[in-house]
Amino acid sequence: MIEVVERSRCISCDLCIQVCPTRVFDRDDDGIPVIARPDSCQTCFQCEAYCPADALFVAPLVAAVPSDSRFRDIEELTTTGMLGGYRRELGWGHGRSLGARTAVGPEFPG
Amino acid sequence: MIRSEHAGEDAAAWSHALLSADVLVVGGGPAGTWAAIKAAQAGADVVLVDKGRCGSSGATASVGTGIWYVEDEPELREAAMASREALGGHLADRGWMARVLDETYARMDELARVQRYPFPVDAHGRQIRDDLQGPEYMRRQRIRVQRLGVRILDHTPALELLVDADGVVSGARVLDRPAGQVLSIAAGAVVLAAGGCAFQSKTLGCDVNTGDGALLAVEAGAELSGMEFSSAYAIAPAGTSLTKTAYYSWATFYRADGSVLEGAGSTRGRSVIARTLLTERVYARLDRSTPDVQQAMRKGQPNFFLVFDRLGIDPFADMFEITLLAEGTVRGTGGVRITGDDCSTSVPGLYAAGDTATRELICGGFTGGGSHNAAWAASSGSWAGHAAAAFASWRGGRPDQPWPAGYAGLRPMCAPTLTYREVIAQVQSAVLPYDHNYMRHANKLIPALDALHQTWEAVRDGLTGAGEDLFRAREAAAMTAHGRWMFHAALQRTETRGMHKRLDYPQQDPAQQFRLLTGGLDDIWTRPEAGSRASAVPGGLAA
Repeated sequence: MIEVVERSRCISCDLCIQVCPTRVFDRDDDGIPVIARPDSCQTCFQCEAYCPADALFVAPLVAAVPSDSRFRDIEELTTTGMLGGYRRELGWGHGRSLGARTAVGPEFPG
Repeated sequence: MIRSEHAGEDAAAWSHALLSADVLVVGGGPAGTWAAIKAAQAGADVVLVDKGRCGSSGATASVGTGIWYVEDEPELREAAMASREALGGHLADRGWMARVLDETYARMDELARVQRYPFPVDAHGRQIRDDLQGPEYMRRQRIRVQRLGVRILDHTPALELLVDADGVVSGARVLDRPAGQVLSIAAGAVVLAAGGCAFQSKTLGCDVNTGDGALLAVEAGAELSGMEFSSAYAIAPAGTSLTKTAYYSWATFYRADGSVLEGAGSTRGRSVIARTLLTERVYARLDRSTPDVQQAMRKGQPNFFLVFDRLGIDPFADMFEITLLAEGTVRGTGGVRITGDDCSTSVPGLYAAGDTATRELICGGFTGGGSHNAAWAASSGSWAGHAAAAFASWRGGRPDQPWPAGYAGLRPMCAPTLTYREVIAQVQSAVLPYDHNYMRHANKLIPALDALHQTWEAVRDGLTGAGEDLFRAREAAAMTAHGRWMFHAALQRTETRGMHKRLDYPQQDPAQQFRLLTGGLDDIWTRPEAGSRASAVPGGLAA
């Protein structure tokens, strides 16, 4: 479930508001997305994949985590590399090579 | 070009703005985007509406998927077709399989050349085209659709179809969610590519897949086929939405005390897992993989590991708790019955594609993975889009004064008595349990179907909503109807075939080697499809 919108990183591009399939976000008076409908979040990671500023974090659990969870600790998410991790794997973002180009899985057991 | 105007005298107070197009495509996943591309290329002006957002919504956008792509060599094609026939219960059709293999081959070539999808390359410099990364695929599909001049309306669920006096589908009413406004879109033909139904079980990306396409189609008079093939469940780490099952081929399954769960497996042993989960926790570990395989897994499906890494679990070394999440007709094969090679339905002006349509034609009663569904989406979407454009052109001008075909969730007969959330909770409690839908038995199916019928009556009599809640009410109605069609058909098929497993009828019955049609809203019916036995493969009976 979406847990973090990091205001200091957000560039107010509205992409997350647009790409979210379930309309979780609204825009606040400063132009920053707010998690308006958390119940609608389906944990699909699309907002995070599209965020060009690595300002969003989707925890891997479908239920909300406690406020003191490490999934809400922006410092820990940054230092562990979890923030922006999905984009890195997809190769989305300037100067990266696309993950799809090397996405060759193992041969399946017979 | 698309015209926009205001229809002042519309009887329905909640509908004003009118859009007009040759072809309306409902749904912006792989099937809907291919439909829009082929309709636009045929010269139609096209509107595409998506409940979520075309390019990031639905069953494909959030995942990686194999695709049933087979090189154009007769022996390989023959083997690909033959390998599926027994699994699917001999209900597939060789002619459709061959057409889909051809079409998929052509569309993946187009995807590489025009959308410039970055397929990986093998040691000989040849592109490997049997696997797709969902986010990359759908992002490029959206751009292609936009470049062809298709008008995309995101966050705009279809509420109901519009039908003219002759019963020809003539557009739809849709909800512009951000504006909270209902629009009527008049169209010469409609392609339903709105996905299947996973009952908001939290299977990855599928909360939007609530069976809307089937409900819209049946309200307009269409038939369904194969609704009993709707018992797919995917393995996921407990508490997550990660329903990516392929890598469990390398898993061992365990009980809480660390002992091996005998007979459990990712494919043939999944029902052992389901049965055990009814009374105790089940764990998995991908401990049958070698370091080379593990490395390739990370390359192949990065978002599989995204979840494990975030949870701090090493899936190769640690035992982790798993669950099974319902995938209904998303990974099942039932859906709107196709009546022509062009993906037409029994209703003129209405075409069905992707998971909204039955996939029995290419895989009978079993898919196993996303590969066949992905090939079907690209193929059926392309055919439906092309045919819808031709139909709209043949039909000529825009229909006038079509009437809306929907009722449940939109036009209650009495004062509202329940909320959409209550309806969804009732539907989920009837459809999701493993001992209702996975391991089927009349003892459980009959009471569950009775409960669903009661929910349907309550929906029809007293469910609607305003603003966002209007489409939520329709989603709830669609899921209720879907559950009823599934369980009605499941009770009628008194045998075990494909994914449909009846504990009270554990054998495949040669006398039931036919496709089963379903339909109706208040009163549900089923009947064998005439001729479907003849179109099945000779020799199937003996297998």
